[in-house]
Parts: sequence; C-alpha cells; structure tokens
Amino acid sequence: MTLYGRFDFDYIARWIRPGERVLDLGCGDGALLDFLQREKGILGYGVELDPDKVTTCIRNGVNVLQFDLERGLQGFEDDSFDHVIMSLSLQTVRHTVPLLKEMLRVGHEAVVSFPNFGYRPHREAIAAGRMPVSRHLPYQWYDSPNVRFFTIADFDALCHEQDIEIRERLAFADGERVETDPNLNAEVALYRLGRANGTPAAV
Amino acid sequence: MTDPNSVGLVVPQTARFDQEIRLKSGARLPGFELIYETYGELNAARSNAVLVCHALSGSHHVAGYYDARQKKQTLGWWDNLVGPGKPLDTRKFFVVGVNNLGGCYGSTGPRSINPQTGKPYGADFPLVTVEDWVEAQARLADRLGIETWAAVIGGSLGGMQALQWTLAYPERVRHGIVIASAPRLSAQNIAFNEVARQAILSDPDFHGGHYYEHGVVPKNGLRLARMVGHITYLSDDQMAEKFGRQLRHGKHRFHYDVEFEIESYLRYQGNKFAEFFDANTYLLTTKALDYFDPAFDYGGDLCAALARARADFFVASFTTDWRFSPARSREIVYALLHNGRKVSYAEIDCDAGHDSFLLDAPHYHAALGAYLGGIAT
Repeated sequence: MTLYGRFDFDYIARWIRPGERVLDLGCGDGALLDFLQREKGILGYGVELDPDKVTTCIRNGVNVLQFDLERGLQGFEDDSFDHVIMSLSLQTVRHTVPLLKEMLRVGHEAVVSFPNFGYRPHREAIAAGRMPVSRHLPYQWYDSPNVRFFTIADFDALCHEQDIEIRERLAFADGERVETDPNLNAEVALYRLGRANGTPAAV
Repeated sequence: MTDPNSVGLVVPQTARFDQEIRLKSGARLPGFELIYETYGELNAARSNAVLVCHALSGSHHVAGYYDARQKKQTLGWWDNLVGPGKPLDTRKFFVVGVNNLGGCYGSTGPRSINPQTGKPYGADFPLVTVEDWVEAQARLADRLGIETWAAVIGGSLGGMQALQWTLAYPERVRHGIVIASAPRLSAQNIAFNEVARQAILSDPDFHGGHYYEHGVVPKNGLRLARMVGHITYLSDDQMAEKFGRQLRHGKHRFHYDVEFEIESYLRYQGNKFAEFFDANTYLLTTKALDYFDPAFDYGGDLCAALARARADFFVASFTTDWRFSPARSREIVYALLHNGRKVSYAEIDCDAGHDSFLLDAPHYHAALGAYLGGIAT
C-alpha cells in the first residue's frame, strides 16, 4: 500500500502529534492509519465491520477491531485516545448524536469528515427533480449505505446545539480548499471537534 | 497421493525433565515427561518458532498423520491450519505441539506410574493449572533452544495458555494469538464443568480415581461429561439445522432408546470419547479451566493483570459461540487497549458455535493467515 489516494489525509495529519493514540472508526482498508503510522509514528487502531476489509487491515499491518459501531463505543475508556477519527462515514451511521458524544468521551478531540449534501450540483440535481449522484455520493438512492443526509450548515447547527466545539473546519471541492460559502461550494467538509468548555467527558 | 499442503507423516518425541517442578497448588512433581511434535524447520536465528496450545481434549498431535493408510483417522486436530501453504505455514514457521502436563496422550499424567508407589498416580496426581502448563512448556522451549516464540497460539483453553505465556514470560512471546477464549470462566461455564465432573465422580467405576487398579474405567461418567460438553460446543442454530427434531424411526416409539437424531449424535460422541480419554485427565483439565483467572491477584482488574504483557495480539471470536462468547474476547481486547498493546480483533460469522475455532471458515483463516503472514521473519 503505497498510494494514499485521499486528499484529506495530509490535512488530518497536521492535527496529529507524533506518537498519539488514534482511533479510526470505519477505517476501511486502514489506509489513513497506515499513513499516520508512517508519517507520525502513532499508535493506531481501526474499527471496521466488513470482514474482507478487516483482513486487508491486518495484512497492511494496521491494528483493526471488528466491532459494530451501531453498538457504540461503550467498551472504550474515557479519554483513552488523543484523536478519534471518522472519515467520510458519519452519514452512514444511524445514531449520529450518541456517536459524536461517544467520540468526544473516548477521545480528547474528534475528527470527522462527510459529503456536503448542500453542494451546488446536489442542489441542482434536487431542483431538477432527482437525488444527487456524484464522486462523493456515488450511490443511487436505493443502494446507498448513507442513512443521514445533511449539509455543512446542518452540522454546524447540531454542534452548537450539542455543546460540541468546532475547533477547525476545512471545506473542499475537487481536492482544493474552499473558502467562500462552503455550504454551497464544498463537496466535502472536515472538522476538528472538541468538548465545549466545562462539558464533562461522560455522555 | 501426497498432499503438498500436508506436513505428512509425523512421529512424536518425548522430552524428560528431571528437575522438580513446583505447581501452583503447592504440590511438587519430582520430574516429568512431555510428548511433543514439531513441524517445519527452526531457522538459524531461532526466531520462527510457534507454540500451539491445545484445549480440553486436544493433544500434541496438531498436524500431519501417523499412518499413511489411515490419514483421516490419524490426522492432527488442527491440520487445516498447520502445513506448507496453510495459514500457519510450516515453510516459514517451526511449529511445536505439546501434550500438557496431566494429559493422557503420553505426557506425565494420572495414568503415569507414581515413582513413590510404583502404581499409577490416579487421583493422587496433583491438580495442575494453566500457569503450571506454561511453566512446563517453558522448560520444553529451553530444551529446544527457543528463547523467544514468534507466537503462542491456542483456541479455547489453548487461548488461555497463549494469554498466560504473555504474562508469565512477557519477553519470550512476540505475538499472543487468543481464539474463542476468555479471561476467566463465567459461573455458567463452571456450572457445566461441575456437571461433567459429577458425572465422572459418581460413576461406580471411578473408585475414587484409582480405577486403573480395578481394571475398569468410568466410561459412563466420561460419556455423560462429553455429552454435556458437546451441547455447549455447538450452537442452537447449528443443532437445529443439523438435527432438528429428526426421528430415528420416523415415528414416536415411546421408549428411552434413541428417538431423536440429536440423541444418537450425543451418544456417539460420548461413546467415542470414553473409549480413549482418561477420566482423571478430564477432571483435572476442567479444574484448570475453572481456576484460570489472571485478574484474581489484582482484585479482579483484568487491565492491571495484563499490564505485564509485552506481546502484540490477535484475538478472534465466533458469533455463535455461547460457551466463550464474543463479549468474553472483547474483555481481553479492551484490557489490551487499556495497556496500549497492539491488538487486532476479528469477530467471525460462523454457525458452528465454540467448535468454529477448529474449522476453516474463510474469513477466519484469511484473517489469521494475514496476521501470521505479517509476523513471519
């Protein structure tokens, strides 16, 4: 595994200090953890349910735990990771709020990225009467693993409501940073989240 | 026809240890023998040795066969895992299988002659624990010139030995592979063991464990013990699928002979087992299972108990295993995470219950093979 095809890896890596403990939820083939192990010397663990991907992680030398995220993170101890990452899979999880809280219980910070349903081509598709299909939403409505459909503005509002502090937010289209009106112009958003002041670790 | 993936014809060896061993119970054995087998070649750096630990009824005969004309009947118990090109690849690894102290396949056990009496130990053979087994295995490692195991691997009770190795000899194990196991038995586990023991202890042919002198064996008790055990090794679904309510004679006959096929299966398994296995070994092995609890000396805190481990780990469980359920394996995983150990965990979808660990479900052997492939030197 030498090709790191994901544009967001470099940005995520900037938020990780060398030697950190990192938990990657829905880690797939372990490419991000492999990258962070090599670049930052982290102690990383992935969580993945798909058995073929679990085997791929093991083959790639990435620690992987075959747990079902819908059951939450209850076995993980408070503050046991520096960063808990969920890259491009928040939209596939049904229990969004409990999971975000769990990520911030287990980790000092959470890193999440998701496809922005408010992206202009998606709005245009809806306006034209069809559900959007794009690079980051490559599924038809009937075979999509996504169960939650939300925009950057929706997520910002949720964080505010839930006392989740947005410490950094980056937006991207075509692998490039988007500065202007990200809710309209970005296809993917990447967040660094923390507990708002005074919020205890436990849910 | 020779099978290129088989280690082929194998011959067990015996190692004699004349130095006294002091057991966890406080009892002592003046010396002992271990019967073992090896497959593959120990490399020049002596860094490719893997110890396979057996479970309740297993033995040192892990792979290969004893008789070319009766390969199937004399096949090792984990032959599907161990061999050239198999997940535990004997072209890369030097694999050691050993019958535990107290066993009945050739290592010193209740059937052996007690040097003090000139008669078989029988019930006088001391209770041995998982810790004692690891101690005895360590002496074998010394004898074979193995300072550090590339891995210690086992399923069920074998997994407990693998875990114990990483605690007793943290510097001598690079990888602990713990499959379908648990950090300690539950009350339900102990309850099943106690039923099995009572079946043996209450057999009139048991004679307080000195049945050898009476020229009998407590077959009935052993049979019952195995029948109870077998129920716990299979899953409810698998039993339903395999036997359901199938009738032997197609109709109810209103008697106590075999009516349902499941009865026939359990009786067959019980009879087969009672023909060769030693009742005293069965008793002491179930006790070793019951006593195993590395957290006991740490007020029940498994995280504290595993703090000594230095190995990396692979832990696996099976979705339909209710004897050592996935939740029990996850306890081990979380305690390892607490201690910052490197660990991977696979929860395998397989319908065969606890016995799944002896089968070769594709995702199971793929994950295990990937892990072992990564540690080959």
